[in-house]
Amino acid sequence: MGANETGIIGQSVKRKEDARFLTGAGQYTDDVTLQNQTHAYFLRSPHAHAKIRAIDTSKARAAPGVIAVYTGADLEGVNGLPCGWLITSVDGTPMNEPPHPVLAKGKVRYVGDHVAMVVAETRSQAKDAAELIEVDYDVLPAVVNPVDALKPGAPQIHDEAPGNRCYTWSLGDKAAVDAAFAKAAHVTRLDLVNNRLIPNAIEPRAAVASYNRAEDAYTLYVTSQNPHVERLLMTAFVLGLPEHKVRVIAPDVGGGFGSKIYLYAEETAMVWASKRVNRPIKWAAERSESFVSDAHGRDHVTHAELALDKDGKFLAMRVQTTAAMGAYLSTFASCIPTILYATLLAGQYTTPAIHCEVTAAFTNTAPVDAYRGAGRPEATYVVERIVREAGVETGIAQDEIRRRNFIRSFPYQTPVALMYDIGDYDQTLAGATELADVKGFAARKAEAAKRGKLRGLGYASYIEACGLAPSNVAGALGARAGLFEAGQVRVHPTGSVTVFTGSHSHGQGHETTFAQIVAGRLGIPVDNVDIVHGDTGRVLFGMGTYGSRSLAVGGTAIVKALDKVVAKGKKIAAHLLEAAEADIEFEDGKFTVAGTDRSKTFAEIALTAYVPHNYPLDKLEPGLDETAFYDPTNFTYPAGTHICEVEVDPDTGVVQVVNFSACDDFGNIINPMIVEGQVHGGLAQGIGQALLENCVYDADSGQLLTGSYMDYAMPRADDLPSFKVTTRVTPCTHNPLGAKGCGEAGAIGSPAALMNAVLDALAPLGVRHLDMPASPHRVWQAIQSAKAAA
Amino acid sequence: MYEVEYQQARSVADAATLLAKTGGKALAGGQSLIAAMKLRLAQPGTLVDLSGIAELQGIRREGDAIVIGAMTRHADIASSAEVKRAVPALAALAEGIGDRQVRNMGTIGGSIANNDPAADWPAALVALGATVVTGKRRIVAGDFFKGMYETALADDEIITAVSFPVPKKAAYAKFPNPASRFALVGVFVAQLPDGSVRVAVTGAAPAVFRASGIEAALARSFTAEAARAVAVDASRLNADLHASAAYRAHLVSVMASRAVAACG
Amino acid sequence: MSIPIAMTVNGKAVAADIDPRTLLVDFLRTNLGLTGTHVGCDTAQCGACTVHMNGRAIKACNVLALQAQGATILTIEGLAPDGTMHPMQAAFKDCHGLQCGFCTPGMVMSALDLVNRHPQADEATIREQLEGNLCRCTGYHNIVKAVQQGAAAMAK
Repeated sequence: MGANETGIIGQSVKRKEDARFLTGAGQYTDDVTLQNQTHAYFLRSPHAHAKIRAIDTSKARAAPGVIAVYTGADLEGVNGLPCGWLITSVDGTPMNEPPHPVLAKGKVRYVGDHVAMVVAETRSQAKDAAELIEVDYDVLPAVVNPVDALKPGAPQIHDEAPGNRCYTWSLGDKAAVDAAFAKAAHVTRLDLVNNRLIPNAIEPRAAVASYNRAEDAYTLYVTSQNPHVERLLMTAFVLGLPEHKVRVIAPDVGGGFGSKIYLYAEETAMVWASKRVNRPIKWAAERSESFVSDAHGRDHVTHAELALDKDGKFLAMRVQTTAAMGAYLSTFASCIPTILYATLLAGQYTTPAIHCEVTAAFTNTAPVDAYRGAGRPEATYVVERIVREAGVETGIAQDEIRRRNFIRSFPYQTPVALMYDIGDYDQTLAGATELADVKGFAARKAEAAKRGKLRGLGYASYIEACGLAPSNVAGALGARAGLFEAGQVRVHPTGSVTVFTGSHSHGQGHETTFAQIVAGRLGIPVDNVDIVHGDTGRVLFGMGTYGSRSLAVGGTAIVKALDKVVAKGKKIAAHLLEAAEADIEFEDGKFTVAGTDRSKTFAEIALTAYVPHNYPLDKLEPGLDETAFYDPTNFTYPAGTHICEVEVDPDTGVVQVVNFSACDDFGNIINPMIVEGQVHGGLAQGIGQALLENCVYDADSGQLLTGSYMDYAMPRADDLPSFKVTTRVTPCTHNPLGAKGCGEAGAIGSPAALMNAVLDALAPLGVRHLDMPASPHRVWQAIQSAKAAA
Repeated sequence: MYEVEYQQARSVADAATLLAKTGGKALAGGQSLIAAMKLRLAQPGTLVDLSGIAELQGIRREGDAIVIGAMTRHADIASSAEVKRAVPALAALAEGIGDRQVRNMGTIGGSIANNDPAADWPAALVALGATVVTGKRRIVAGDFFKGMYETALADDEIITAVSFPVPKKAAYAKFPNPASRFALVGVFVAQLPDGSVRVAVTGAAPAVFRASGIEAALARSFTAEAARAVAVDASRLNADLHASAAYRAHLVSVMASRAVAACG
Repeated sequence: MSIPIAMTVNGKAVAADIDPRTLLVDFLRTNLGLTGTHVGCDTAQCGACTVHMNGRAIKACNVLALQAQGATILTIEGLAPDGTMHPMQAAFKDCHGLQCGFCTPGMVMSALDLVNRHPQADEATIREQLEGNLCRCTGYHNIVKAVQQGAAAMAK
């Protein structure tokens, strides 16, 4: 790619952002204090489903320090929160899209639903006053499980969604699938639950909204992964404000994992109210609020069938999934169990026919949206669990059944709409096998058995579609936004550079990785490059960070802008060196006339661009500041194999992950240290899902039973092993970096690998099935059931 | 947190007077109380801070007993050479409470006064036949812990120390709740100087209790196998999101057997 | 009712009149502007608020400021007063032991206390002793490495 002139690409450069984080100098939203600021507190519904007969805020308004109290009735002219993706049902009708009011109107639909906002001088006063608001609720029956929600007679959550159905959507050739099943030598069937998760970024959501009367403009600091999208949705769809009068700043953000992509009610109400109270308003969620009000993830119930021929070749797959949307459609909710799920059901395999039908249901729970991996972990879980089961049923070894079905010819058109550009699945399977010391497993298993422990080995060969997304393809699939990225490279007169990117870093290390790309290309030190992100007042536009898109799409936009910088630099150099532009070469930070030693440094060119005393002013504008937008032509397809080894204590049901090996292909890598860190974090979240985490609502009351870290099991350091990770490279064919994305892979492959390992360990006891998480209690119960059945 | 008044007590007597006068609540390390107040689950009008009372601090050997001042932090008990020498199981138990930061603040007195059904200390007190010393009297552990979050303490009564008779052997085995890390089931097994065996269980029921079946089995044969073979009655045990009563019952015998094994 | 409070924070004497319900973490963040100490939960589990009180790691979100009356407090801001990173901070950077940075100050303060108490800690001990600190980004792998490296550097 010609971008590695100084060899800095591919180096584990230590992170530029770390100094501030390590010394307490990070600036997170809750660290922002504006003069004269007030504090907001949101009164939330204690009921999962209730009509609001009346709200009396008079006592709260009179409470000490209270400045204002707002309810849904006060938000005249404020629209509901929009959903950014239209899914069309199999019958051709658009999905049911009930209103999503910023503050409840007439009804509450989940525990945590926003009922009123109190603005007061202090946080405590706002909270004290909220307790004085009297809400007369008519409590209604609630339904929290998506399958139950679709049953006849289930409580009706929205008038606009009869039977609680949002849509029934399908992908694939049903007739071809039916025909393939008819001639199958073997059919494997599996019922699975993909457990609901609560994202739990360690920084709770927060916002500070202010209004400036002099400029008639608003500024919002908010914990967001995509401030431009936040602003666009808030101004154009909800508040009807001029977009240029609202500045959204997402400063340091303490983790997102999807949960901070969305436009939430709190900051929207705060922006609206900031003009009315004419003072800045601050709010930071308590963790208890995060549990009930952040968008959750997963929550699928699936039946899957895999048809095989006599040699273990996959003939077809049939999948029926019921997916929870929660009480309202969150920003990208509708596309997660469809576009980002069913399209991945081919996995790494040549399965020629696949059909998937997805029914999305409203439930009396927090909204469900993208959480690390978003649809792709769910797809991988279905594919890799059923592949394991098929291997067990047909007596084909786990690695062998995968190898027999791997795609080996690229580009490869799947039966579920995607065109894989490149990959080498044998290579990553072999890499993981070596890393996991599969050869030594039998001996380790025997040794464990002597101690009364059961060892198991589980595989998951995953694929994901990242680098979201070709806008025209996304648009055809229902996206209501483009999915390009913008980058601007501003070269200063002395040759240092500020980059403005529409991607947002909330842990991913863009300030380092992107600086490496620029430094490598321009031949300047990394320290001379600063990355600016997360501020609509400084960055021209952006679609933000999610779906492992930042490097492949945001990084490419920067590369395109760098191309323009270099191209202009050559023109300037040609003038200064009195040579033809075509003869100018740029390498190692120098513009050189080919075949000579006549050259100008990058800094000299930059200075000339800004001090154009000797400059082709008749042909070229002064200045060196270039912008590019990049819209990808295809998704990228990171893929790999994860192998998990567990040891189960049959006495207690405790599962210990003793070894986790991941061999991934992310295409070209700019900073291996950062990539490894991304894999580690993804693995922890995937292992967390499979071993510990489970969001549970009470089936009758709809109360969230796992509403704090007392009941929601977060992975801690001693729940996890040291990970073994390595990479193989097949460069992406359609972006200049050859990069595919690495942020989600860990969370995508690991749940299936872990569950397959647990099932392998428990197989001698007769356990055939287990849903996540493999908690001690569940594992013990599965063992008892198997014993009872034996 | 709701509004609260704060008083610093100078002595046990001063604390008792302040509590009686204000109807407030004693503040020890605050690791449970402050957390409950933050969630607005507790609303004392006044907090009487005991941290300034010197006589509540410290660990000492008194004859055949280890006496631990009520305001002694879990971390100090865990690292006490005296405790490690006399009853290593107590040090190990203290080291397993909460996390390091909580152990650095939380106290034994605060923990037993709170009597959380999943707290560790009550199991140790009951199994070792400890005595709770207050500003007014001495209460044997078996009479001290009443029900869930309930003790024999009067509103203005302050724990000053806990006296643990030194056993022949003792060990504590905890099965942690995967989320909170509190005891899903914790079993403290002790062989007392007179040879009798006591087994106290925390986490499994609304309050700490003695597992009489396991005690009987261990009296016959002090072996892990004997404890493991006892089927524990599940009918009065807790059932929740994290464990059924049957699973807890099963864990009681498993943890008891592991505690016996650890007794050496 | 407000009560006078005085303590030493990062080597400086500080005093104020505060509402008794003020948590130590709010006193540090709001009264003193030391926003490096973070709040990540309300049940004293995540450990993002970890600071040292009289030389021991505690959770500043679960302690009243008044409980720190007269105490010596060290926060992340006081760890490298002359601008040179403490060996533990340097180790976190070197090992990529942080991503979003939110849990990091608490993690570093906890790590220091860990090493003070367990200077020779092996991997298993470090993992066990980090029980009171949640990180959602790193999977702890590089944090454990950082603590090991930091401990070695501190021993020199």
